[in-house]
Amino acid sequence: MSRSMKSLLVLAFSLLTLLFSSQSFANNQADTTVNKATEQEQVTGSENNHNGEEKFNVSKTILEHIRNDYSWHLWGHTSIPLPVILYSDKGLEVFSSSKLSNEHHEPVIYQGNYAYKNIDGKIKVVNEDGTVNQELNKKVWDFSFTKNVAALFISIILLCAIFITAASAYKKRGVTSAPKGLQSFMEPVVLFMRDEVVKPAIGHKYNKYLPFILTIFFIILINNLLGLVPFFPGGANVSGNIAFTMTLAIFVFIVVNLNGNKSYWEHIFWMPGMHWSMKIFLAPIELLGVFIKPISLFIRLFANMTAGHILVLSLICLIFIFKSIFTSIVAVPFAVFIGLIEVLVAFIQAFIFAMLSSMYIGMAIEEHHHHGDHEPHYNEGDEA
Amino acid sequence: MYLLEINPLVLPDIGLVFWNTIAFIILFVVLKKMAWKPMLKAIHDRESGIEEALSKAEKMKAEMTALANENEALLHKAREERAVLIKEAKEQSDRMIAEAKEKAKSEYDRIVADAQVAINQQKNAALTDVKNQVGALVIEVSEKILRKELSNKAEQENYIKQLAEDVKLN
Repeated sequence: MSRSMKSLLVLAFSLLTLLFSSQSFANNQADTTVNKATEQEQVTGSENNHNGEEKFNVSKTILEHIRNDYSWHLWGHTSIPLPVILYSDKGLEVFSSSKLSNEHHEPVIYQGNYAYKNIDGKIKVVNEDGTVNQELNKKVWDFSFTKNVAALFISIILLCAIFITAASAYKKRGVTSAPKGLQSFMEPVVLFMRDEVVKPAIGHKYNKYLPFILTIFFIILINNLLGLVPFFPGGANVSGNIAFTMTLAIFVFIVVNLNGNKSYWEHIFWMPGMHWSMKIFLAPIELLGVFIKPISLFIRLFANMTAGHILVLSLICLIFIFKSIFTSIVAVPFAVFIGLIEVLVAFIQAFIFAMLSSMYIGMAIEEHHHHGDHEPHYNEGDEA
Repeated sequence: MYLLEINPLVLPDIGLVFWNTIAFIILFVVLKKMAWKPMLKAIHDRESGIEEALSKAEKMKAEMTALANENEALLHKAREERAVLIKEAKEQSDRMIAEAKEKAKSEYDRIVADAQVAINQQKNAALTDVKNQVGALVIEVSEKILRKELSNKAEQENYIKQLAEDVKLN
């Protein structure tokens, strides 16, 4: 039900937002969209639930769907337990995530080195009375092989399979014959990335960075797309997870700053062609920029993917808010529409991440031929 | 910090960062070695092949054009040469014909002249011969006649007398 229904929800939800907008805006204008959504849904929920049924918590449902998990939920009461790996001062421990919940899928305390409990999707050390022990909690490092990790490895296996197959076709068919099959499907994408993104942004040294950018692009793309598939092996919100996007951004940060040349650092700490007082003024700003660039990279990707998922989920949730199957008449087409937009966004975001990464690399390695020239030389390589 | 704590969505957890780092490095190494390198190399090879073929074709075309031009020029020159040759030949033949005609005419004139000379000579010779023969015949005949007439003495004396009388008359 999850993704297509999610899509439905988004549509119906938007209509709802319109209906209740006056109420909502009166109450809290400064709230974020998600919070607004939650509130409205709760308002509707309470209105529809006068007969004392269990209240349907939309924001909880949505957050449960887009967050990471210790097991991979397949359908109904079936889920794949994944290994939980914890490292604390008492050493490493590995156990199955099935031990963290009982047969009713309610979280229970597992007594390992400490007493662990899954609280809102994170393993916490709990006291005997069930409260979180903050002090001990800080000692435990969670390296669990979670749903997102599993999805990530699936995507990696997929990527390797796709591209090794495509690459072997060149060996088999030679370079003189036209590409065929998977090869012809991937080659234009690779060529597009090379000719339209990496070459103009990095310049004549593009060959060195092309594999890195291509890897970044395709790992984001495949995870974006798999994230839109509502069932196994998709459904894990990998590229909408801030840890994933942050790791990629860190790689970009490392590549950019390891390859930054003299003029790159000079432009950060001692901007040429400026008055000395301006140089002192600019240095901290430029230094901050070094970090803000990758931060903006990962927040952009995370926010885009998460927002899309929340939108689709909200539309689907509409059906459950109204408790009427007829809501789906509105919600489902709207969710499909948003889902299509999400497919577009999946490509666009992967492209933007790759393009900005190569631009940052290009800016770090570009050579300034004359002082006082601050126009970026993105196309320098073509002239050279 | 409080906000980050209430929303686990924006709190990166170390486990995923750790696994993601490993995963990305594995992916990067594997793809770089087994996919990007052969793929990009093949694409590059193909591109340079195409480029080479194109430039070759361009060069070929230029060569062909040059060749065609050369042929044209050659043909033109040949045509001119032919015209000159024909003209020369015609002139020569005309001249030869004229020469031959002239020569023939002069030869003819010479032959005619020679023939006339020869005819005249032979005519004269024949006339002389005829004259001689006529003279001889006349002498012979007159000798015979004289002999017959002057066979007796009386007649001889008579004739002498007659002659002598003629002389006297003179």
